[in-house]
Amino acid sequence: MTDVGTDSDRLTRAEHNEPLLEVIDLKTHFQVEGGIVKAVDGVSFTLDRGKTLGIVGESGSGKTVLSRSIMRLITAPNVITHGEVRYDGRDLVTKSSREMKAYWGVEMAMVFQDPMTSLNPVVKVGRQMTEHIRHHLGVSKSEARATAIELLKSVRIPEPEVRIDNYPHEMSGGMRQRVCIAIALACGPKMLFADEPTTALDVTVQHQILNLLRQQQKDRFMTMIMVTHDLGVVAGRTDEIAVMYAGKVVEKAPTNQLFADMRHPYTQALLWSIPKVSQPKHTRLNAIAGRPPDLISPPSGCSFSPRCPYAQEKCHIEEPPLTAGAAPGHQFACWYPVGSPENEAAWERNLAAGVPQTLAAAGKLTATEELLETINLADDTSDHEGAGA
Amino acid sequence: MAKIIAARLLRLLATLFAVTFISFMMTKALPGDPAVAILGQDGIQNEELLLELRAELGLDEPIPVQYVTWLGNAVRGDLGESYINRGQSVAGTIGQRFPVTLQLALMAIIIALLLAIPIGVIGAYRQGKWQDQASSAGVQVALSVPNFVTGIFLIWLFAVKLEWLPASNWNRISDKGVIANLKTAILPATALALTQMAIFSRLVRSDMIATLQENFILSARAKGLSDRFILFRHALRPSSLSVATLVGINFGALLGGTVIIETLFAIPGLGFRLINAISQRDILVIQGITVFIATGYVIINTVVDLFYSVLDPRIRRS
Repeated sequence: MTDVGTDSDRLTRAEHNEPLLEVIDLKTHFQVEGGIVKAVDGVSFTLDRGKTLGIVGESGSGKTVLSRSIMRLITAPNVITHGEVRYDGRDLVTKSSREMKAYWGVEMAMVFQDPMTSLNPVVKVGRQMTEHIRHHLGVSKSEARATAIELLKSVRIPEPEVRIDNYPHEMSGGMRQRVCIAIALACGPKMLFADEPTTALDVTVQHQILNLLRQQQKDRFMTMIMVTHDLGVVAGRTDEIAVMYAGKVVEKAPTNQLFADMRHPYTQALLWSIPKVSQPKHTRLNAIAGRPPDLISPPSGCSFSPRCPYAQEKCHIEEPPLTAGAAPGHQFACWYPVGSPENEAAWERNLAAGVPQTLAAAGKLTATEELLETINLADDTSDHEGAGA
Repeated sequence: MAKIIAARLLRLLATLFAVTFISFMMTKALPGDPAVAILGQDGIQNEELLLELRAELGLDEPIPVQYVTWLGNAVRGDLGESYINRGQSVAGTIGQRFPVTLQLALMAIIIALLLAIPIGVIGAYRQGKWQDQASSAGVQVALSVPNFVTGIFLIWLFAVKLEWLPASNWNRISDKGVIANLKTAILPATALALTQMAIFSRLVRSDMIATLQENFILSARAKGLSDRFILFRHALRPSSLSVATLVGINFGALLGGTVIIETLFAIPGLGFRLINAISQRDILVIQGITVFIATGYVIINTVVDLFYSVLDPRIRRS
């Protein structure tokens, strides 16, 4: 068993309420034909015990690679990792896969995006739930099975004694994701990663799974990182949100602060892209203009500048640093932050000049308040779910 | 499940009918007259004797009638008598020879799998590393060396140099016991196994490489399980469907195709007898053995089909 820290040492850290996770200038680059893909390019944050961080961004923003890098699950031979991941005071980046096995499952666990493929199709659910319990905790087969049944109960799977002998294909998608959550919880991890846990599920089931995750996180006092492309998912379910674009954090704030006063144009664009129930039927989806940047040779200056409706000349040349805003804990990387007079001036200039993405965005502005209202509705986290998802 | 088996059995019967018909017709198409072969010089000179023998053997009947007669007898277990060794029943010959060939084929397949699975798994796990390259090179050699060369090498090493095992011959379990039997069986079985091992390990390796990309392997890793456990308890079973197919096909092929090794090691197997019969135009023996092997082949492949559902529970439903 690899050393994960002495108990007294860890107790002291916990007592002094030192953060469970500190990520310092983490870079995960992939060496590929044609260059280096900078999937994660200098991300830093700290996460306190029992808190939830939402990592938001569109496909290719590096959010999944970030969460897997923190857990050290990326072992491709062409990967280059820099920076530090301090988990409970210990740097994980320097650890080998062999050493990480003492952390995986026990200290940190992950719920993956697609429950249809993340369970082994030829192995009964029961064994998939008990194998790591037995491996890590050294308990007997029957004890592990009893634990697994308890876990299935706690994730609200009906008839757990029957379901435990099912194969994954005998369960629905929602039920499988519950099983995946139960598997992640099995060894009592302190840190839970949820990588787009609801993206592959029906809308009706998404809500239940998200509430289940939140409930379990609170009950077990876990620290959680929730990765999603959907701002609606993290609203009301996280303490803090980091918005990622092109491998970098472009805005980070406590959740309420972010929704009350978002400063980065990309965050704003993400919010606008959520379709709203109150919109008339057949309203065009507010897709963000342009495409995610090429991570091998990202645009110069701010990497969002080619798609940004407020972009000025400076944005194309100089990369804005992540700087603190007025509110505590609020950081953003923008030369013309949303809500500033400079931003408004930039908007007017671009509109007058007929910049295409600005014109495209112009149709959206009026609906902002309405959108925020809908987000608040999604914030309703009371647990009405039925068990047979 | 019962429904699947019933459907398979029905298909099995249809296949067997086709197999017997085709092999019967093929032996009919062989050049030469069995009556001439039996009588030799006498037959060519004595037309009357020839006709008499043809009538006795039923060769004067139309071919469809011959087939139906033969099939009717075959269903009752009577495959006729050898034309050359009169009085020797074909079924008896098969009963005597088949266990030898079956044992040889079984042992070859088992040895091949015991070697191929670890080699394939390690190759996939260490893809591109020296372990993979070394095992790939070894597999390439095993694949390109014909099995009789391997056989000769094994005889030289274990019988001539080390004197651990007999160079040839066959001890029946019923006569000499299991140990003596294995001593004569292990070398020919190994010679047959190496080629099979090479093919199987390549399949296991390539299927395993694909399986290791699956999400469920990543989630197994994220649970902190050991690599060995993940490889053998998570990845191996989903990677074994193609190799199971090939085991079935090659096992069937070995039942009739071990002639060279049987000859080299002087083993009284089925293939050996078949080649003899062909060179002697011993039509009924050829027919009997061919049909028997073909039937075995079909049965084995049916068993493999049913075995898929053991390997992958998702198949049980569809």
